[in-house]
Amino acid sequence: MNKAGWTLGVFAALVLLLAIGLRLNPREVPSPLIGKAAPPFDLPLLQQPDKRFSEKQMLGRVWILNVWASWCPPCLVEHPVVTRVARAGLAPVIGLNYKDAREEALPWLERNGNPYQLIVYDRDGRIGIDYGVYGVPETYVIDRQGVIRYKHIGPLTAEVVQQKVEPLVKELTGR
Amino acid sequence: MISSFFAPLITGVARSAAGFCLLATLALHALADDASLERRALALERELRCLVCQNQTLAESNAPLALDLRGQIREQLAAGKSEREITDYMVARYGDFVLYRPPLKSTTVLLWVGPFAFLLGGFYLLARVLRRRRIGAPQLSDADRSRAAKLLE
Repeated sequence: MNKAGWTLGVFAALVLLLAIGLRLNPREVPSPLIGKAAPPFDLPLLQQPDKRFSEKQMLGRVWILNVWASWCPPCLVEHPVVTRVARAGLAPVIGLNYKDAREEALPWLERNGNPYQLIVYDRDGRIGIDYGVYGVPETYVIDRQGVIRYKHIGPLTAEVVQQKVEPLVKELTGR
Repeated sequence: MISSFFAPLITGVARSAAGFCLLATLALHALADDASLERRALALERELRCLVCQNQTLAESNAPLALDLRGQIREQLAAGKSEREITDYMVARYGDFVLYRPPLKSTTVLLWVGPFAFLLGGFYLLARVLRRRRIGAPQLSDADRSRAAKLLE
């Protein structure tokens, strides 16, 4: 190949590399939890502190775990999308209230509606750490065997639901 | 930060206090233990990335998650866990990305080898350009030389 061709080739390769690099989202840390069993928890319910709930109770069902907090503005942004997913009845949506205060979380739900089948209360964020949560909101799809199949970091959007969550849940439930 | 700065001081105090009375020694030895734990915790925090503010270590960051993770590190060290066990704990949750020195494996080969490959590539290009420049230098025939000599006279 001639010199101009080489130069052009190298330049094109660099442009391509940079273009790919710029499109990647550096905040999206690949989760090592995909394909692994959902970390166990046994937490009190947000609305009924005397009752507890464990992820084991969801074995045999495909479900969605949505991590949220009343102090988190993007959670409010995604709330209509979460609500739509829950209303569609695709899969039960369980909320994990992360490092929040009951006095704040309950009024938030009253204001914005409660789409969750139930909400567990992770006051100190310990379970959040087990789930590798670092930026609320985060959403997990967990299969019948209790294995995490998908994780979305940041607010759920209609596109993400349409392109990732919906097809995956349908595939997992065999619908 | 501050506590690690004072760590040698605290241990020093603990040593001299040994001469005074047993009780004080015991109390201060507990402090010295704390100081060594603190040192180990800090060393670990400097190796781990804060995931919220990705260009800071856990030690530097004041994000709430970083505070929680620092608490985890201290709690686990106090419980007798080794450094290795704690980094494994972090990697299991957040992936290799939490490590400021990620391990060399198939997914991180490019990360480790890439810069050196670029450097080698650069050297190769430089060598090529230099060689071509030398070959490209004008070749003078004997006639040219005598003409040049005449002009210079």
